[in-house]
Amino acid sequence: MTQGITGKTGQFHTRAGKEYAHGRNCYVAGVNPKKPGESFEGIPIFATVKEAKGKTGATVSVIYVPPPFAAAAIDEAVEADRDLVICITEGIPVRDMIRTKYKMQGRRTRLVGPNCPGVITPGEIKIGIMPGHIHKKGRVGVVSRSGTLTYEAVGQLMELGLGQSSCVGTGGDPLNGLKHIDVLKMFNDDPETDAVIMVGEIGGSDEENAARWVKANMRKPVVGFIAGVTAPPGKRMGHAGAIISGGKGTAQEKLAVMEECGIKVTKNPAEMGKLLKSVLK
Amino acid sequence: MKIHEYQAKEILRNYGVATPRGVACFSVEEAVKATRELGGKVWVVKAQIHAGGRGKGGGVKVAKSESEVREWAGKILGMMLKTHQTGPGGQKVRRLLVEEGADIRKELYLGMVVDRGTQRVALMASSEGGMDIEEVAATTPEKIHKVIVDPGTGLRDAEADGIAAKIGIPSASVPQARTILKGLYKAFDETDSSLAEINPLILTGNGSVVALDAKINFDDNAAFRHPEWQQLRDLDEEDPAEVEASKYDLNYIQLDGDIGCLVNGAGLAMATMDIIKLYGGAPANFLDVGGGATAEKVTEAFKIMLRIAHLKAILVNIFGGIMKCDVIAAGVVAAARQVSLRVPLVVRLEGTNVDLGKKILAESGLPIISANNMADAGQKVVAASKGKP
Repeated sequence: MTQGITGKTGQFHTRAGKEYAHGRNCYVAGVNPKKPGESFEGIPIFATVKEAKGKTGATVSVIYVPPPFAAAAIDEAVEADRDLVICITEGIPVRDMIRTKYKMQGRRTRLVGPNCPGVITPGEIKIGIMPGHIHKKGRVGVVSRSGTLTYEAVGQLMELGLGQSSCVGTGGDPLNGLKHIDVLKMFNDDPETDAVIMVGEIGGSDEENAARWVKANMRKPVVGFIAGVTAPPGKRMGHAGAIISGGKGTAQEKLAVMEECGIKVTKNPAEMGKLLKSVLK
Repeated sequence: MKIHEYQAKEILRNYGVATPRGVACFSVEEAVKATRELGGKVWVVKAQIHAGGRGKGGGVKVAKSESEVREWAGKILGMMLKTHQTGPGGQKVRRLLVEEGADIRKELYLGMVVDRGTQRVALMASSEGGMDIEEVAATTPEKIHKVIVDPGTGLRDAEADGIAAKIGIPSASVPQARTILKGLYKAFDETDSSLAEINPLILTGNGSVVALDAKINFDDNAAFRHPEWQQLRDLDEEDPAEVEASKYDLNYIQLDGDIGCLVNGAGLAMATMDIIKLYGGAPANFLDVGGGATAEKVTEAFKIMLRIAHLKAILVNIFGGIMKCDVIAAGVVAAARQVSLRVPLVVRLEGTNVDLGKKILAESGLPIISANNMADAGQKVVAASKGKP
């Protein structure tokens, strides 16, 4: 189900999602409180998430609602007990996300994003803004905070003839849903995945936490890259999360922890694909 | 977004935080007039720039007479104030805050940020105020006390009192500290702050608790619901190239190197800077043109980069998703024709409509160096910046 299906972005990507692989059978509902009863290219529009879920059985929401209303859209999806909510919207105030995360405590819904490209399982389904045609079905998992840097990793895999099991963009904001560690756990349990590329960015400690978990638990090889070696401290590099503060969250620090934990890393963003290939059996 | 100390204090006063009485001044005469208005025998003349470390840089002076206020105001206004946060050139002082002097017995620290680990607001406090708090955190971390604020309740009385006691506020002054701590949290929350700091928070000779300095940064994402920020913004404090870029909704940060970068997506933009560095070059900027870049935006981005006098080369690195490579290529060609392109231009295109994009570049007749992938692009632009073919 698409929340924000009547906006230009929501329509564009719902159409692309519908046209990709099994999308036609998967995109079954849209939500807009002002336009219930209408439809978008055959997809019925409902007033609320709850109603859309009841009438169609949809279990996943993708959100393209503008920033001032996006956190409330997540809240609505959480209250309706969706399995998974993927929020693409960029620019949600941090204060709104603090409240949304607070309300999500103890709820079953998993959130991906906000400010993320979404999730794709090539050959199966595409939920988000990534271009479907650059992917193909395969056995490498990709997890990253950013959009185009994920495409770059996928592009490098494709040049080497390697397809992907799933690609997950966790988002560039400091407050978000699934972290690298959560996605790695899923890749570890996924019989379709043989190895994982983990792409990180400066700021926070998601990559370090994930690396420590990998060391103790991961049964599959993981390779990594961290963007932002050249970023000066205190400057926000586009993503609200990509900021080095108080000397913490530097690329060097993250790369060191990842290496200690047995993750092969590269400082060259052009070599993510090659590095992954080198660890495949 | 950053604001000045005097503006931050005004906000905090509205939330019950005690500060010294003071007047913001734009000229020496205003400073002298402020001295008379404030009365008393001791005044502090404080440079108002967005960077920290002003005292060490000579931007904060104590005056014991009207003529001393006049003297210091004259010296500080217009000076290029250099601190560890301004960069080597310093920042020109255009505004002053003249305040009544304070009787400082103890200097403490209060700070508030969003803690990514807990995904909540964190209050930090220390008995070691007035100095570089990062230094305190590094050398004596046990002297920094932390409270993670429950978004459902806000900062509780007991939490505020506990922290006040831990940083050495005597019990008679704890109620005042509580008012300040709770006011600080409320201000942080309601004004959509991303950082709020009171450093130092002082204890005076008669036991009063006062915010002697204040700093607030706002969360840019919340600008849509704060029209009042327009009045608080001081464009003189921002990098002119970044101000210009913000008019076109370009995500731009000026850096020190000589290779301009135009990239779509923040992650790829950072990775592009990294690869330039890896091959021995230095990026002149961070620039994310975003997902919906038009030919106009690309042209404006080129103009902004070409203002950098020491620019040696430009790298365009686009992985087209939503953004189509042919649109970017047309924008690059239009920009190159409109502005006089005085440096080599390396373009790497990948993704949606890449063949069409490459064709547009090839047929333009412009001396564009085409790159096949990211490594190739990095190597070619670094070579071009060093005058190698």
